[in-house]
Amino acid sequence: MTSAGSDGAAVGNGQTYRTIRRPITHDSAEKHVQGAAHYVDDVPEPAGTLHVAVGGAPVAAGRIRALGLDAVRAAPGVVAVVTAADIPGHNEISPAGADDERLLADSDIAFHGQPVFLVVATSRDAARRSVGLATFDIEETEPLVDVVQAAAVGSRVMDDFDIVRGDPEAALKAAPRQLSGTFEIGGQEHFYLEGQAALATPLEDGDMHVLTSTQHPSEVQKIIAEVLDRPLNAVTAEVRRMGGAFGGKESQASQWAALAALAAQVTKRPCKLRLDRDDDMVMTGKRHDFAAEWRVGFDDHGQLNALSTDYLARCGHSIDLSIGVVDRALFHADNAYYFKDIAALSKRLKTNTVSNTAFRGFGGPQGILATEQVIDQVAHALSMDPIDVRLRNVYTGEDQTTHYGMRVFDNIAPDVLEHTIAVSDYRRRREAVGRFNTDNAILRKGIAITPVKFGISFTKTDLNQAGALVHVYSDGSVHLNHGGTEMGQGLFVKVAQVVAEVFGIDLEHVKITATTTGKVPNTGPTAASAGTDLNAMAARAAAEQIRRRLAEFAGDLYEAAPEDVSFRDNQVFVANKTISFADLAADACRGRVSLSSTGFYKTPKIHWDREKVRGRPFYYFAYGAACSEVTLDTMTGEMRVDRVDIVHDVGKSLNPAIDIGQIEGGFVQGMGWLTTEELVWDARGRLMTHAPSTYKIPTASDVPADFNVHLFENINREEAVYGSKAVGEPPLMLAISVFSAIFDAVASLAAPSSKIHLNAPATPESVLKAISEISELAA
Amino acid sequence: MKAARQSISIVRRGEAVKIDAFSPTETLLDYLRLREAAIGTKEGCAEGDCGACTVALGRPDGRGGVDYRPVNACIHLLGMADGAEVVTIEDLAAGGMLHPIQQAFVDHHASQCGFCTPGFVMALFALYHRKEDGPVDRETVNDAIAGNLCRCTGYKPIVAAAVEACAGEADDGFGGPVAAAALSDIADPEPLHQGDERRFFASPATIDELAALYRLHPDATLIAGATDVGLWITKQLRPIEKVIHVGRVAGLAEVEETDEAITIGAAATYREAEAALARIDPDIGEVLRRLGSAQVRAAGTIGGNIANGSPIGDTPPLLIALGAELKLRRGAETRTIALEQFFIDYGKQDRLPGEFVEFVRVPKPGADTRIRAYKISKRFDQDISALLAAFAFRLENGRIASARIAFGGMAGTPKRARQAEAAVVGLDLNDRRRWDAALDALAQDFTPLSDHRASAAYRLRVARGLLNKALIEIAGTPSSRTRLVGVRQGRDGRAGA
Repeated sequence: MTSAGSDGAAVGNGQTYRTIRRPITHDSAEKHVQGAAHYVDDVPEPAGTLHVAVGGAPVAAGRIRALGLDAVRAAPGVVAVVTAADIPGHNEISPAGADDERLLADSDIAFHGQPVFLVVATSRDAARRSVGLATFDIEETEPLVDVVQAAAVGSRVMDDFDIVRGDPEAALKAAPRQLSGTFEIGGQEHFYLEGQAALATPLEDGDMHVLTSTQHPSEVQKIIAEVLDRPLNAVTAEVRRMGGAFGGKESQASQWAALAALAAQVTKRPCKLRLDRDDDMVMTGKRHDFAAEWRVGFDDHGQLNALSTDYLARCGHSIDLSIGVVDRALFHADNAYYFKDIAALSKRLKTNTVSNTAFRGFGGPQGILATEQVIDQVAHALSMDPIDVRLRNVYTGEDQTTHYGMRVFDNIAPDVLEHTIAVSDYRRRREAVGRFNTDNAILRKGIAITPVKFGISFTKTDLNQAGALVHVYSDGSVHLNHGGTEMGQGLFVKVAQVVAEVFGIDLEHVKITATTTGKVPNTGPTAASAGTDLNAMAARAAAEQIRRRLAEFAGDLYEAAPEDVSFRDNQVFVANKTISFADLAADACRGRVSLSSTGFYKTPKIHWDREKVRGRPFYYFAYGAACSEVTLDTMTGEMRVDRVDIVHDVGKSLNPAIDIGQIEGGFVQGMGWLTTEELVWDARGRLMTHAPSTYKIPTASDVPADFNVHLFENINREEAVYGSKAVGEPPLMLAISVFSAIFDAVASLAAPSSKIHLNAPATPESVLKAISEISELAA
Repeated sequence: MKAARQSISIVRRGEAVKIDAFSPTETLLDYLRLREAAIGTKEGCAEGDCGACTVALGRPDGRGGVDYRPVNACIHLLGMADGAEVVTIEDLAAGGMLHPIQQAFVDHHASQCGFCTPGFVMALFALYHRKEDGPVDRETVNDAIAGNLCRCTGYKPIVAAAVEACAGEADDGFGGPVAAAALSDIADPEPLHQGDERRFFASPATIDELAALYRLHPDATLIAGATDVGLWITKQLRPIEKVIHVGRVAGLAEVEETDEAITIGAAATYREAEAALARIDPDIGEVLRRLGSAQVRAAGTIGGNIANGSPIGDTPPLLIALGAELKLRRGAETRTIALEQFFIDYGKQDRLPGEFVEFVRVPKPGADTRIRAYKISKRFDQDISALLAAFAFRLENGRIASARIAFGGMAGTPKRARQAEAAVVGLDLNDRRRWDAALDALAQDFTPLSDHRASAAYRLRVARGLLNKALIEIAGTPSSRTRLVGVRQGRDGRAGA
């Protein structure tokens, strides 16, 4: 924490901030709108570039007896066909180091579409067309497709893991009332608009340069080095920006970069691999789908005495990031509520499907959704307004601890809920919804408020570090580099704002540059919402180091103390003298002052002992709540979201425009997960929804006309960059209010004694099924 | 056949560009990205569903100006762009100034990752140059960008930017007399035939040429908008060697309306046919509004929707309920059949080798007929229907005197519900007691399949619900109380009215 306590000192006491706190436009906005922002496929190709297409397994489970690739080799334009036998190093790409994931299948087939061979050809079209000429001789076996099948035979990717507090079994028995159920939670395809892509260029000495669309350049570098049997210093991974990622390029961009590098190694020519959308959806992992088997004990007033939830997660064929993802589901089983006795149990199930992976929220959404569902069931059974059950159980004060032993020291959940009730006019609208439902036979309304408390930090503690590299050139222009990656979330502009603030210069003088392992090494992924928290702190440390040198130099020059030198408005103020920042930089260069610095940051205070199941995995919590109102068509199950009001905590915002963009975008993405986005596999383990024609993310008209976002007035209690809080993931879970509102509308048709089975996503079919079960029960 | 042109011409940035050699299946997107290195236009899905590849095609509007339509370049074949001005994202900013749409996107923080942004801007460029009257509001914008997916922003800033930028008259230098003159310079009414007899892209100029060419090459693939055939190329990688494009055939894109009927030429796009069909009943307009996207409706045709024979095509059930007829032609021979007879079985239509759809004739229902149509899908906009229901009930004295009911998605073909039709005849709209028998009859009409869009049980249950809903509405319940979308504006017929 090199910069601890320096907040405010950066620009002098009482000084207003010049670049932070402002709604500054995304640094690439003008390039985006002109089509001038380059993604991997847009960068001019080096001469002689070849194109790679991937041949996938035609079945979900089995053993390859023989591959027939002669016709592929003979096809027009084909330069090389590459199989596992061509890999010089390890045929292993597990981000967990689990040795359970092949770059190219050798003999065993783990899932339908698993990469088996590569075609390298003179054009992308030639490569794609020749893939289909391959023949497979396969000994096919019966695939395990879903969690029910996997749980039945005990197929797991790793051991079960539980977080338990108190004696939930005893408390369940002792509770005045009990309910139980199984709740299915669907997965989610990332649908980043830019598909997976990489361009590998072989260099002298057997070095490899890779342009890649990844959230984790250091891991891409490592996996390529291992696959090619080269040291890390022979491989450079670079990413300027991604066309969306959402977790889907955290671990799962590595394979495509490594395949491009392998093809480049084999052919000694630059090789580009850009997956076709359907291949991308078939071959890359998604949000884990879960079945949550829950039991709850409660009293007649809606006090929740005990909760036990067994989270059955479909991990797919390998571990990938499932340790952290499912752990995070367990960490969030409490959401914003205090449970004295709670069991959050998990089974990490292995199936013959693509390995599920990180997706915005990283297991948190599933953990929270299951608990909010339990609360809705309790409220229905008690004929209570669900908000009153929530208010009764929400964390109070700042001394309660979570089920994993961390104090909720920064608790604002009750205030956020009350604020949401107020801005949404919830109580009045609750009555109006009731009247609407009395007056209408076919259409039915529901309304709900749900809170979010989301833990910020990687639960794998060693990932909570970041590096930066800042240069000031002799004309005063600044070159900024750090280990974070830009995927649209606005990280780069936020970090640049912080650096501009430190130097007291305009943002336009700070050049944002591509993330590369050659400048900042050994980085973690840009994930866990922590990109700004980590990288802006590292960049600030680097900039402050240079500023200190400049202040000392200026102090010497003008006979002043370094602490009396201040930087603002592109000027440096020292001993009643004013000198432009550019001139001082030039003078400092001549004065032999180093104007380049690295910066480093590691999150303090956090620790997590997974063996003992205790610790403080999170630096702090981010909070929010949303009120959603929906209308259902009870004849078709169709649903429309009528209005949404969000109250969300970003601490002191570094950039309100960027933060509101994350909140709105995260909400709509979460809404898609819970409503229209449905992944369907057939019994043979083949994904049936592998294109936007069959997999439906929200369109503009799905967004309610009345959609209001309020930033909650707050400051981060912990020392974070200028009092801000992480914003990437938490807003996604605000969309659980949409699911709860749908449940509320369905529940309005049912007697309190009648149990409601509404699974996520609440597609028209899922809604109609829930409604018809009620009416069949009534009949 | 007379000698045909071997090259195509397009207008790019005011200049005529002649393209002498191209593959019959080369897409406009590949031309832009691979040949021009115009990398601003993105490929997001290569199936016309995400809109990242949207470009605007300008053609003479017949009044001295230019009509700009958005198309998905990923599935639009290069040959189809012959004679058009191709406007891409790189072309909009001029003299160091962003285009008003681009500037509004910047001002409203409407881009995050930026990958979808060029497609949105180009879809909105077409809206900016719309010829229709009326204000641009949230609904107009939502319809204009229903074919553009954004995964980052949640759309709110995009819609705000669009409403602001598209509010007034177009004033961006596009579409004026200079652009129109450039288009008239490259206009060439002669037929196009790029390639040889074995492998070609042909664009006949007259219907006789089309008939002769297709008779000669019955193995050729006919395209109109290529919104479906495009996927045969980009996704199924089918080896298509001969392409006959019907889009330039004189008269084939005409929509004729008389007091009795609307005749829609096979090459008329959804967009061109939409207004006339919507005048029959607002529900038809609503289905067409939700069919595909602005990009798909600007290229795709009703003729293609029929000729393709898809069991989930949205227009065939509508047209069957209206009693439409199809005129087919093969060489010099023509025949006319009821549309429903065209669909024989899944993937099988009553179309001979070398035979093509010339037009569909849609009789206008009388004043005593009530029309209702419902499109059911997971997502309201730009989604393929799980099922589509169309009802035409002729009323006499508060009773149903005759009925035509057709469904899509309930069988291997678009199909009439004969049992239900028989069961509703004679129903008293004011006496709901007898309705159940009619609703039950649907189960005898259909044995739907389960797939990733919906289960058989859902389809059957909803089909029943939709017949019930149609009856309820026609009996007088306002659609504001029966529907979430597509509420009928002041057209709620009273029973027997």
